[in-house]
Amino acid sequence: MPDFLLEIGCEEIPARMIDAASLELRERLHKLLDRERLLPAAALAYLDTPRRLAVLAANIPVAQPDVVEQVTGPSFSVAFKDSQPTPAAHAFAKKAGVDVSQLQRTTTPKGEYLSAVVTRKGRSAAEILAEALPKEIASIYWPKNMYWRKPSERFVRPVRWLVAMLDDEVIPLEFAGVRAGNQSRGHRILADRSVAIPRAGISYIEALEKARVLSREQREKQIRKTLDAATRTIPGARWREDKSLLDTVINLTEWPAAILGSFDPDFLELPEEVLVTVMRDHQKYFAVEDSRGSLSPHFLAVLNTDGDPDGIIRHGHERVLRARFNDARFFWQTDQKHPLRERTTWLKTVTFQKDLGSYWDKVLRVQRVCSWLCEKIRQGGIAVRPGVVHKAALLAKADLTTELVKEFTELQGIVGGLYARVQELDPDMKADAREAVAIAIYDHYKPQSMEDSVPRTVEGAVLSITDKADSIAGMFALGLQPTGSKDPFALRRQANGIVKTIAEHKLPVSLSQLFKDAREAYRGSAAEKKFVVAVDFDGTVSHFLRERLEFYLRDALGFNYDVVSAVLAPDSDDVVDAVARAQALKGVLHMPEFQAIAAACKRMRNILKQAKGAGIEPAVEFQALPDSADEETRLAAYVSTYAPIVEAHRQKREYQQALSVLAMARELVDAFFDKVMVMVADERIRANRLALLQTLLKEFSTVADFAEMVTEGKESNESSKQ
Amino acid sequence: MPSPKPNPLTFQELILRLQTFWAERGCVLQQPYDVEVGAGTMAPETFLRVLGPQPYKVAYVQPSRRPADGRYGENPNRLFKHMQLQVILKPPPENVQELYLESLGAMGIDLRQHDIKFEEDNWESPTLGAWGIGWQVMLDGLEITQFTYFQQCGGVDLDPISAELTYGLERIASFLQDKDSIYDIVWAHDPETGRVTTYGDVRLADELQFSVYNFELAEVEKAWKHFELCEGECRTLLEKYAALAKEKNDGLGPDKQRFPLLAAYDLCLKCSHLFNILDARGAISVTERVGVIARVRALAVGIAKAFVDQQRGELPAKSEPEPTVEKKVKKKEVAPTTA
Repeated sequence: MPDFLLEIGCEEIPARMIDAASLELRERLHKLLDRERLLPAAALAYLDTPRRLAVLAANIPVAQPDVVEQVTGPSFSVAFKDSQPTPAAHAFAKKAGVDVSQLQRTTTPKGEYLSAVVTRKGRSAAEILAEALPKEIASIYWPKNMYWRKPSERFVRPVRWLVAMLDDEVIPLEFAGVRAGNQSRGHRILADRSVAIPRAGISYIEALEKARVLSREQREKQIRKTLDAATRTIPGARWREDKSLLDTVINLTEWPAAILGSFDPDFLELPEEVLVTVMRDHQKYFAVEDSRGSLSPHFLAVLNTDGDPDGIIRHGHERVLRARFNDARFFWQTDQKHPLRERTTWLKTVTFQKDLGSYWDKVLRVQRVCSWLCEKIRQGGIAVRPGVVHKAALLAKADLTTELVKEFTELQGIVGGLYARVQELDPDMKADAREAVAIAIYDHYKPQSMEDSVPRTVEGAVLSITDKADSIAGMFALGLQPTGSKDPFALRRQANGIVKTIAEHKLPVSLSQLFKDAREAYRGSAAEKKFVVAVDFDGTVSHFLRERLEFYLRDALGFNYDVVSAVLAPDSDDVVDAVARAQALKGVLHMPEFQAIAAACKRMRNILKQAKGAGIEPAVEFQALPDSADEETRLAAYVSTYAPIVEAHRQKREYQQALSVLAMARELVDAFFDKVMVMVADERIRANRLALLQTLLKEFSTVADFAEMVTEGKESNESSKQ
Repeated sequence: MPSPKPNPLTFQELILRLQTFWAERGCVLQQPYDVEVGAGTMAPETFLRVLGPQPYKVAYVQPSRRPADGRYGENPNRLFKHMQLQVILKPPPENVQELYLESLGAMGIDLRQHDIKFEEDNWESPTLGAWGIGWQVMLDGLEITQFTYFQQCGGVDLDPISAELTYGLERIASFLQDKDSIYDIVWAHDPETGRVTTYGDVRLADELQFSVYNFELAEVEKAWKHFELCEGECRTLLEKYAALAKEKNDGLGPDKQRFPLLAAYDLCLKCSHLFNILDARGAISVTERVGVIARVRALAVGIAKAFVDQQRGELPAKSEPEPTVEKKVKKKEVAPTTA
């Protein structure tokens, strides 16, 4: 069985797109081989670099297996008259490709028919692949693609060669005007242009390695090895691990090597954030730190070549970095000529969003909402310094006017924080207050993702939450809420940040109140005239936030979806409370009592629903009647005794305790459902029992709606018997 | 520390070498366009030549003026006016990347001693309604060239497309000569007297005086007036052409052929430059900015369509103004910040 190889030779593919495209190509090939009954026994192998996507399949069938099948023809009585075949028989035999003598008689439920056994030859793998692969190649998804020959032919970058082989035979296929052959290409600089591939399989990998092209795995290994080796020349130094940078340089090289360079230690007086941003984001260098973890005046560059024996390349990199650092220093110094407090007024001419006004307008709104929020947090028993928040809110956006942020936009907020630390913010402001303001500004874009940390201080958290709530409230009021995959203002990410920050700081914040306040801050503004009147602001915002809270509980904290649904049913407004209830619920889930109670709750809900559907009203409240069943009165007694206790625990947020009290009801509930029929004919007793169930379900659902829980068994069918 | 090459190219030798290289590969050598442009792409030898079906190969040096980038001659890396060597290959040959790498050899760069990478960088000019796909070419960590496959220009889909190579001449020269300041680049070396003329000797006054003008003395009101005059005249020309096209949409009459669309384009370029001056003067708020850019783009797009019509003698081909080819839209999450 032959080995298969496809290599798409391309001009440099963007590093960020290679991994996904490589995976997709393998998936496409696997599906194709599966569809065509050509699957190999082993998994597909691959090789991808900036200049090629290659996929290899070992031992695929030479051809599809033949298929033998029986086809049914005309009825026997029509096909044979007097034991002689009629024209109908001849026609069928011809169509089936067999001789008339080979036709058979088949008995079917409808009667006797003529049939033939037909063997359909499997097509050859080469034929199938030649026909199908061009379509598969053309279908690979690219975040951005282009045309270079005809507008109808699109790929990420121009395709310059193709290798398609079964063992040593070329598969004759063509894509975008390029005919497949057995000639690949090696490293641009280190190898000759053309590399003959003797056959598909391991010899392809070997031929390329000789031509200085390594697989992703080998490149990673080689980069780590040379990074280590280069760093070892500085005693005690370490290179800073950086996963996304590593992924980038792996996909920018075919034959990588790392070199160490140095910069003037005087630059270390610039903030580390600035230096690292320049090195990582602009130059793709790894930062080096000394044994104490401080930045050292060195960097590591990953080359796409085999070394730098004369230090020529290092010298070039050092020159570039020096120029970049000089620029950064120049910006830093220029920016100090106008302190943040002066720049705040410049924000009047910086648009936040065309309908929502300037950043200055935003600053004023955020300040107002911050002071309301501080008050509530203080009432909730958490210490916060409103003066610090107020000042930080005033200055937080001023760095948008600085040269440093214009050059390094990813440092917005951080630069403001760094400047606040070294500038006079207020003549009589104490040093510790200034530091607190600086930290709040520095952190206020955090968290940038679910993995990112939240602001370090409560003041930073308040500012961060308010700033994001202001953006979300404004956009929603304009009718610009995210839809489907469209979220150009990253409002989902911002809302995720609000939820995460509230949860981790355990802030007593009501989401609905926060957004009422944020909306209120727009009242009477010019922006408000642009708001879409038809928008149900409270409804869409609360739905959106509930989704974000669900996402946080599920994806960030790892709760199961049924726990999340159960917990959010009674309330989804208080983030901290929802997290506490989810934790308590998760803690008792394994107990058999709760499986039983969950099943019972579902049953109660169904019974109540059916009763409602039938127009049967429960009594106003349960009353012990002379003819009440024992199980019924005992259950009612439990409710009246323990409901206040559960409620008291709930009020104190002692959810674990509240749930333990509920657990005690299990036997009573089981006994009730075993012995007592709810939907009896006697209207009075029926209404009384329904009232009991209604009360019970209400009391059970204050911590979590157990009816949302996934339980074992088929309790829903059972309940319908009632 | 490695010593720089004994005799690196002077600035003018660099230009000569590159011009010779591309001339030998069939390029017309054009001279810099004499109306202010913000980028080599805006010169008509690029903007207009990439439109329509006629093959074309051209190379030229283009000084590009960006008033807001001026630094009074004090910053060693930033200039108000920098020079680009522009190469347009229409359509691009299959070995266009290899040709480009050869051109580096022509400057005396031995690629075996250096590290070269093609890193994703797609070029877009909202003012011109133009965009393309390509790379920034990095040599030992320095961006030396922007390599772009044009896809659309003036809102018109291109067929055939062109490859555009934009060499940053000051950067390359300071790399070759190992200078930390652009102003120290040796521009010329007199073989008879041995006298050296630096980039600073030639250009420093230019940088200083234009920084003063652009940042301090350019009269905002007059610049606005100039802008409006140029815009108005350009529009009038486009309207006249449209009227002509309506009358004779069945072919390319002599009236159409002699119509001064090239002059209309000059007016559009003047608008673009005046916009840049106003921007440097801080006279355009961020809110206004988008609107003014759209006005200039309207001119550029109008000219491009008319130009295609004039070239073919038929109505402009249908075009897609959306600068995107994304099959599935994957928007980057962008927080609202300054433009």
